[in-house]
Amino acid sequence: MKRFIGFIKKEFYHIFRDRRSLFILFGMPIAQIMLFGFAITNEINNVDIAILDKSKGATTQEIINKITSSKYFSNKQLIENEAEIEAVFKKGKVKAVLILENDFSKNLIKENNATVQIITDATDPNTANTISNYTSSILHNYQQEVNKDIQIAYQIIPQTKMVYNPELKSVFMFVPGVMTIILMLVSAMMTSISITREKELGTMEILLVSPLKPFQVIIGKVFPYIFLSIINAVVIVLLSIFIFKMPVEGSLFLLGFESVLFIINALSLGILISTISETQQTAMMISLMGLMLPVILLSGFIFPITSMPVPLQVISNIIPAKWFIIILKGIMLKGVGIALVWKETMILLGMTVFFIGLSIKKYKIRLE
Amino acid sequence: MKQTNVIKAEGLTKMFGDFTAVNAITFEVKKGEIFGFLGANGAGKTTAMKMLIGILTPTSGNAQVANFDVYTNPDNIKKNIGYMSQKFALYDDLTVKENITFFGGIYGLSREQIKEKRCQLVEELGLKDVVNELVSSLPLGWKQKLAFSVALLHEPKIIFLDEPTGGVDPITRRQFWEMIYKTAHNGTTVFVTTHYMDEAEYCDRVSIMVDGKIEALDSPKKLKEHFKAASINDVFLKLARG
Repeated sequence: MKRFIGFIKKEFYHIFRDRRSLFILFGMPIAQIMLFGFAITNEINNVDIAILDKSKGATTQEIINKITSSKYFSNKQLIENEAEIEAVFKKGKVKAVLILENDFSKNLIKENNATVQIITDATDPNTANTISNYTSSILHNYQQEVNKDIQIAYQIIPQTKMVYNPELKSVFMFVPGVMTIILMLVSAMMTSISITREKELGTMEILLVSPLKPFQVIIGKVFPYIFLSIINAVVIVLLSIFIFKMPVEGSLFLLGFESVLFIINALSLGILISTISETQQTAMMISLMGLMLPVILLSGFIFPITSMPVPLQVISNIIPAKWFIIILKGIMLKGVGIALVWKETMILLGMTVFFIGLSIKKYKIRLE
Repeated sequence: MKQTNVIKAEGLTKMFGDFTAVNAITFEVKKGEIFGFLGANGAGKTTAMKMLIGILTPTSGNAQVANFDVYTNPDNIKKNIGYMSQKFALYDDLTVKENITFFGGIYGLSREQIKEKRCQLVEELGLKDVVNELVSSLPLGWKQKLAFSVALLHEPKIIFLDEPTGGVDPITRRQFWEMIYKTAHNGTTVFVTTHYMDEAEYCDRVSIMVDGKIEALDSPKKLKEHFKAASINDVFLKLARG
């Protein structure tokens, strides 16, 4: 036990004396969560809009007021003719132009029919899509308000309700993803680098010649990272609860348990990487290309798995991060218990056992 | 087994696939002896040594180190030997003091023992002023001496040195060999691999490995007489050229 404590102490000296690893360990999690939480967002707020009101009547003014008073749009800019549309788009600030046709009110009353044209800047397709949806629904609302006293033969009114994230805050989607990335990075990359570092320096040989058993060496190497990963997980959860008002509907205990399981999974991947790489650079490249990219691209963190081509959907199943994100979203947003995530938990557990087994085997071969 | 033989190898062989790295080597090393293990790069020195220090299992043959069998008791071997590699592996980002504490700790020395050893070692090596400096700031020669002393912290019966003087200047090499003599004088057996043939002259006995086999084994003086050579270097060249 005393040997073990000495080993851990040495490991912490390595970590705290290396600015790079300190930054990855503590700077990255906070920077990433802030970045994803504040800067990167799918929500559309305060979009600049230009309006070409050809009829200039009371009705159109009402519609314009309605639209510009919503929090989605601001800085309305009035333009006088079609020729200006191109110009305002090219300036870049205006993302949508609304054109209200000639004799809008007259058409509405006489023919029960008037058109509003929405032109959006689709250089950013997501934004364009969202703006056009927002505008349509504002117009739809207005129409219903106006028609509320009039009986229409029949009418289908969709009543949409967004559950688990009613305000559609994108930070709710990013937090589980960022947490996954960071735990993967800290656990897998940092351990694989720190183990290969000993190989490179030749100290691994010294350790293996010492009375320490190989598994004691490995446990000694990974233990500090388990500890630091848990701290990171706690920091991320606290930041998301207190800064981004992210709910944790489910049990904190289950959240902790699943996080530790994922951390161990990532650590075993890190050990596996260290058994196949001789230098720190190789370990880092394998971790970045082999782990980080799939976590970002194929885990469903940013790009929905269901809209991927089938082969990629199949591949996504072997990525532990996919299952962890499902579990995290379930626990944090839906408040589900183990009964609903047991399948994902078993998959993670199975993968962990598999990776540990494989690295033990690889490790033994190396020793031969 | 006689008490005086601390290393005993009989037909020790290691194969990697079809390649025989070490081919049935047989030798004995006596207590307190400086035993030189010579050979060109790739002759199988390091592989043979790894089998003796318990991190590589032999394919066939027998060996006992410090009276423990390499197959059945590698753990006890590890407790009784010291090892220093050609990289003088210490932790660069730890101070001299922290390195001593760490390596003492993994060999199970108590805090008091470590402190005592440290004071003694720092005094002998003249490291007093740098004891709290990072090892990375030390010159290579100091690192080498420190690594050697660290490998001796737990007072092993045998110390294995794998090309301990690589890349070090002649004066430091000379000083280092003085340390080796002193260690052997205190009763620790020294098993040293090298490809500096002049160093072989300092050994009590040397073995010369060529292509996995021990081609010659005797005291430097007798080897020179036997091969009618002026130096061990000439002996080696005669053997290597067949």
